[in-house]
Amino acid sequence: MNFILKYRHQLIITSILILLLCLFMFLSPRTFLSSGIYSAYMSTIPFTAVLALGLTLVIVCGEMDLSFPAVMAASGFVFSIVFIETGSVFLSVAAAVFTGGLCGALNAFLIVKIGVPSIIATIGTQFFIRGLTVLLAQGLAKSLIGIRDTFGYQILSGRIADFIPMQFVWLVILTIVFLLILNSHVLGDRIRFTGDNANAARIMGISVNRTKTFVFIIMGVCSGFSGVLVCSEMANWWPTQGEGFMLIVFASVFIGGTSVFGGKGTIYGTFIGSIIISMIEAGLVSAGAQGLWTRFVYGIVIITAVSFYAKTSDKKIGQ
Amino acid sequence: MEIIRLENIWKSFGKIHALEGVNFSLKKNEIVGLLGDNGAGKSTLVKIISGVFPHDKGNFYLNGEKIEKFSPKLARQNRIETVHQDRSLAENQAIWRNFFMGRHKTNFLGFIDKKFEKKETLKILQKNLGLKGVGITPDSPVSSLSGGERQGLSIGRAMYFDSEVIILDEPTTALAQNESQKVISFIKEIKNQGKSCILITHNLRHVFEVADRFVIVSRGKTDTIINKADTDLDNLTKILIDHAGI
Ligand SMILES: Nc1ncnc2c1ncn2[C@@H]1O[C@H](COP(=O)(O)OP(=O)(O)O)[C@@H](O)[C@H]1O
Ligand SMILES: [Mg+2]
Repeated sequence: MNFILKYRHQLIITSILILLLCLFMFLSPRTFLSSGIYSAYMSTIPFTAVLALGLTLVIVCGEMDLSFPAVMAASGFVFSIVFIETGSVFLSVAAAVFTGGLCGALNAFLIVKIGVPSIIATIGTQFFIRGLTVLLAQGLAKSLIGIRDTFGYQILSGRIADFIPMQFVWLVILTIVFLLILNSHVLGDRIRFTGDNANAARIMGISVNRTKTFVFIIMGVCSGFSGVLVCSEMANWWPTQGEGFMLIVFASVFIGGTSVFGGKGTIYGTFIGSIIISMIEAGLVSAGAQGLWTRFVYGIVIITAVSFYAKTSDKKIGQ
Repeated sequence: MEIIRLENIWKSFGKIHALEGVNFSLKKNEIVGLLGDNGAGKSTLVKIISGVFPHDKGNFYLNGEKIEKFSPKLARQNRIETVHQDRSLAENQAIWRNFFMGRHKTNFLGFIDKKFEKKETLKILQKNLGLKGVGITPDSPVSSLSGGERQGLSIGRAMYFDSEVIILDEPTTALAQNESQKVISFIKEIKNQGKSCILITHNLRHVFEVADRFVIVSRGKTDTIINKADTDLDNLTKILIDHAGI
């Protein structure tokens, strides 16, 4: 009983995933009872899921980040030019992730030092970073076709047993790391208290500013890494990269059960939420529905999930 | 020996002058009652001592050493433990996290020893709050506790970490009679252990029972200091009413 109560959010989200999966298996058994679709899913889910993991920490910390699609593009751009110049995937990844962290640090500077509310600061940086990237790239895409012959590509985007994409392995590793950070590490504890009651956190000796800075840098690093995964998988970089991701990533976090008010969130929920969101589109198309249905079904799933959470919140059930 | 000494301390919040030249001292094994109207500056005074606010002007000595830079963390390291008036709890977090907030027991990688912390929290819950089998566990969020229980949690937290000075800012407000009595016994225990305490309360009976000295804060100043030996409850009450009447 206690287990059910304690993990009710995780159980809700897992049930929704299983229900959807059953539905799709019923509607289009040919697609959903064969393995190909799962391999395809595993190759694209990490792009948004890695972002959603970082965003979960930001939201638990009581903040917002709207700049991550631009940070992705900027990091992907740096990844591409470093790769084209040096041919070293390792160096390119390092440069891209560093760029992401730097963008995160810029956000943190505006939010923590200047005092701009995060939602406003990151609207600004999202234009600034995207704009700068497009200018530097002169609006042109970059082909990375040579990357497929490198060993680095095998590590980023190769397939294990011709089935499991490496990016999914990275996602699982990151999910475990984030899970440990948020639940068992003192950093996660600081993030929770900063998001829940920053004043109390400060009075009890937690450095709220340092915690926020950390969270935005981590978000930047996640965006950078996601940009790398997209560029590597597609062997291509283009200036509008990441533009469609904003709402999908937010939806993944919120259907996972993370509270918009800060202080409460679940990494497991975000992981499953990302899978659900990615699954819907392809699921609908292969079930014979047109792409037109996607948003409508997203809407239903999101509304159902968040209504469940509202109904089973701590206060309502007196826990 | 004086543990804490404040000389001519000033503190403003914008246009509000919360403290205007406060003098204060706390000796070893002394219990001082800090009295005065709402808005007099009592909480501001203890927040300076516990490192929450820096003072604008004046001297702050700790064990004879002048303090230049202070923080809640440094206050704790100097074994000053405070139960603030607003309780400083995070509602949605588990009780055990609140208990060890800002000072978890971690391994060298920074991972929290949850098993230990939950066990300790459970002990305190049972001892301090008398919570036995009412469905509240160290994993329950603070929002599931009543006002009195939250107070008990904050005080239990202050008691748990072995400290030299314990500051209690209105600890018995909103507590039932028997719960208040527990707090009073706790303060007597502080005295018996040779430690010191600053107690802020509006309940003169409580403060008269435990304090050695009374400091009256009035409009950001501390001009009246009374030793317990020189007064009685009626007299103290009268002095306070006079102050409020000014
Ligand atoms: N953080 C703050 N910001 C602005 N004003 C404050 C703050 N804290 C206290 N004050 C003001 O300082 C004065 C003294 O408050 P306080 O020390 O809380 O009084 P007391 O604890 O004696 O009731 C009040 O006028 C209060 O409004
Ligand atoms: Mg007060």
